[in-house]
Amino acid sequence: MADSLLPAEFADLEPYAADWCLATETERYGKRLATSMQDIQAFYDAVVSRAEAAIAHCDRFPLDAMPEDALNLLHLLYSMINVSFCVEAWGQQRVPDTGAAMLDCLIEPVP
Amino acid sequence: MARWPKPAEGSWTEHYPEIGTGLISFEDSVSPEFYELEREAIFRRAWLNVGRVEQLPRKGSYFTKEVRVARTSVVVVRDGGGGVRAFFNVCRHRGNKLVWDEFPGEETSGFCRQFTCKYHGWRYGLDGALNFVQQEGEFFDLDKEDFGLVPVHCEVWAGFIFVNLAREPEQSLHDFLGPMVTALDGYPFDKMTEWYVFRADNRSNWKIFADAFQEYYHVPALHPQQVPIEVRTPGSGFECAHFQLDGPHRVVSTGGARRWTLPPEYMYPIERATRSGLVGPWESPEIGEPPPGLNPGRIDPWGIDNFQIFPNLEILIYRGWYLLYRYWPTSHNTHHFEAMLCFQPATTVQERVEHEVAAVVFKEFALQDAGMLTGTQTALESGVLDRFPLNDQEVLVRHFHKVVADWVADYQKNHAEV
Repeated sequence: MADSLLPAEFADLEPYAADWCLATETERYGKRLATSMQDIQAFYDAVVSRAEAAIAHCDRFPLDAMPEDALNLLHLLYSMINVSFCVEAWGQQRVPDTGAAMLDCLIEPVP
Repeated sequence: MARWPKPAEGSWTEHYPEIGTGLISFEDSVSPEFYELEREAIFRRAWLNVGRVEQLPRKGSYFTKEVRVARTSVVVVRDGGGGVRAFFNVCRHRGNKLVWDEFPGEETSGFCRQFTCKYHGWRYGLDGALNFVQQEGEFFDLDKEDFGLVPVHCEVWAGFIFVNLAREPEQSLHDFLGPMVTALDGYPFDKMTEWYVFRADNRSNWKIFADAFQEYYHVPALHPQQVPIEVRTPGSGFECAHFQLDGPHRVVSTGGARRWTLPPEYMYPIERATRSGLVGPWESPEIGEPPPGLNPGRIDPWGIDNFQIFPNLEILIYRGWYLLYRYWPTSHNTHHFEAMLCFQPATTVQERVEHEVAAVVFKEFALQDAGMLTGTQTALESGVLDRFPLNDQEVLVRHFHKVVADWVADYQKNHAEV
């Protein structure tokens, strides 16, 4: 698995990595709007049950010196967090009744 | 059924008799003529928060701020002595905009040793002095001493940089902020340097948007999803614990059981999984003894303080972090909205994830407000109605519109006399 993006113990999440390991809020929110609820649900279900294990794995490293696979895992977690309200509250990708409203993220912590 | 005690007068509103209890008008939010008055009466008279000192980390650090309502741009800079200065962003030679990149109307930031005009190459020091004129000998009796950048009054409180566009401000920043706000002195805003910055261009008057963030009466109706559906109580209200006015400024505090101390079904799965959510991380690093201005009503258990600093700044203080909003008018029915979530820098992935959840949930609900307020604006503009009732939970909305009216009336009176 030389091409794997995630740490070996998270190989079960590898099918989602190419699409959802996204470094910025803008990319994650864009992906959320562009993905079907069926696919969001599947992604959410797969990652949420591994969230605590994933955080524990990433926390083995200092924030400013994370190996690339752990950083990918963290970005995958951020994407799950980004879509969590679609699944848990809204039942749709977009916040209901927000029509043309927007809120762009200009600055965010790295990683 | 009041959960929290009200003042002896029977209501928060009647505790401040000058604001009245009658119907109010929102003509101030739909009228292009009133907007023209606000430019001078408010935005060229009040102290305006344009940023934080952390945006100017070293000598020569600068950022620009477009203040469209005042038809001006300001450049704010850390000078050679480490002080913070502001100048109108205009070259003294031919009036070109001095500091900008790519698009003159967009804000920029960076680091420089001096400011160089893109047009004819005039150069200004970090103190605003004109240091270099191309082909100086071709000019006629030009004394560089007389052509420094035009300074803007600039003062810093608690790390917040304020400017005042008046030729001579009527009050110092400290006097303008008054005792209620300055009692926050000593709050460790300077430790909360891990930032998320959001912006939006909203299709509503700036006050209509601010109104939605100074009352919680709308929360059960507009944001029912703040409570998971299994434990949602139809018809339940929202009562704030404390309201206070001081001059043109306002604060509201919430209280009650902290979200994470409730049974688990009162939280979403993401909140339980990450120990963060609607009101931010369940735990933040200790920040020591709070200043006396925090939780001015001494509410226990305290939730958040929401300070509205006139005219367009709002600071919401949570447990160990804060949120900041600014509403910059761009026309009578549009404004530019800025939001910052400011945390103590994460030292672990767990803490970073907690901040990420707080930022994501903030955006979910802020979008709900933004989505609805376009509807408020368009319906108000239809002119069908011109008088509206406000209840005691909306006392700060009543005060805000009265202060705006008072500032405009005061300006008109002074100018009629001149």
